[in-house]
Amino acid sequence: MHGTKTLKRTPLYATHLEWGAKMVPFGGWEMPVQYSGILEEHAAVRERVGLFDISHMGEFLVAGPNAEAALNELLSNDLRKISVGQAQYTLLCDERGGIIDDLIAYRVQPSVFLLVVNASNIEKDFTSMSAHASKAVVFDNASDTMAALALQGPCAVKVLPEAATVSHFSVVRLGILGRQCWVARTGYTGEDGFEIMCDAADAPALWEELLKRGKPFNIKPCGLGARDTLRLEVCYPLHGNDITEETTPMEAGLGKFVSFEKGPFVGRDVLVEQKEKGVSRKLVAFTMTGKSPPPRPHYPILADDRKVGEITSGTQSPTLGAGIGMGYVEATEARIGAPIGIEIRGKTFPAMIAKKPILKRKQ
Amino acid sequence: MNVPKNLKYAKSHEWVRVEGDIAVVGITDHAQHELTDVVYVETPAVDSRVDAGKECAVVESVKSASDIYAPVSGDVVAVNEELSSAPELLNQDPYDKGWMFKIKISDPGELGELLSPDDYAHHIGA
Repeated sequence: MHGTKTLKRTPLYATHLEWGAKMVPFGGWEMPVQYSGILEEHAAVRERVGLFDISHMGEFLVAGPNAEAALNELLSNDLRKISVGQAQYTLLCDERGGIIDDLIAYRVQPSVFLLVVNASNIEKDFTSMSAHASKAVVFDNASDTMAALALQGPCAVKVLPEAATVSHFSVVRLGILGRQCWVARTGYTGEDGFEIMCDAADAPALWEELLKRGKPFNIKPCGLGARDTLRLEVCYPLHGNDITEETTPMEAGLGKFVSFEKGPFVGRDVLVEQKEKGVSRKLVAFTMTGKSPPPRPHYPILADDRKVGEITSGTQSPTLGAGIGMGYVEATEARIGAPIGIEIRGKTFPAMIAKKPILKRKQ
Repeated sequence: MNVPKNLKYAKSHEWVRVEGDIAVVGITDHAQHELTDVVYVETPAVDSRVDAGKECAVVESVKSASDIYAPVSGDVVAVNEELSSAPELLNQDPYDKGWMFKIKISDPGELGELLSPDDYAHHIGA
């Protein structure tokens, strides 16, 4: 796992050490996996509020009169559906329909888009998008000059009241402590909250400010460990695990983020065929139905004692106190409510295919 | 880190309390701290034979599964049944309520291979 390549550090590296974080390598970065503990941080976000450093994620700016048209030929969703100040979840596919990355596109000006991509895919995305762009656009990889924080949880809006009027999946330019940021009502936890994209130099001051303001709500700094358990409970896919270049949006159940009406885009031919003819495997969510060790990636999924798939993400759900996960199974076995088995160290433990999301968000 | 003076230690972070010909085994305070939130414990079967230095149990945190190694060889004579419903005892009380299993020691000479409290403390940099 540990490459010989030097790990990158976010502008908050020193801050994490001061706050007692345990640091681990993730996607080429040295990131906090936890501070006080995954269970405690997880609960803070579900019940109150937590703060994450997500500066490892990449930011691209795509600008110019052709920006919308150029991106619509590269990404699966239709950017014509969002106006200035709105966000859209979308996929970057290759010609085989394989998922190079999943990302959020923000239309920050009529012809300027901010794309937030996964840390380990920054270079790959940039190369692929540059190679396939058929129209002239200004395409800037701002990943090294920008930082990002995620303020997540039901009390997030009390910590950042100046963003209270920002609607779900919208973005505004906002000053916090006099520092200009993009503040979006998006996240990767299934809770209300904000993602704040700022200048790298402003990140430490904003981090301290948000933790200070969050004190009355017992805010917790949170690491990637809790980020993973939070996202898995609400079945948000993790690129590299649940979706990869070897899987397509149709197999992953992400068809609603693919627009077939907008015209050509990379991967469309394969995806149209899969939409019409169906797919041979599907990404399902499951819950363990008895006492078992936590399910983990690569454990076999069985139906009637026959291997029908493999886990791509699995954990002990801190909220439910039970094992949960996702994995690809043969399409004929992908029935909600169907009993399955998970093979763990040679033993089979009972589980059930669940409707996504496993955890329904409180409204 | 708490390293009680009355125990012996394996480099792989198990502790041993010798009670006659029985070795009571658990994981150290350092180990539970590194593992963090323990959510599942798989103990060896009673009457099974374990060999010094070989994996014989599994402790799982939210993040990962870790093998636990038998510090000495022998037959397992008891396991801590409470851990199946309260795995967090490994975090809360690693040297007492969080004990994992008891081995009937087959070769007392193996105890000499284990670390003293001072050596273990040095081993973990405490």
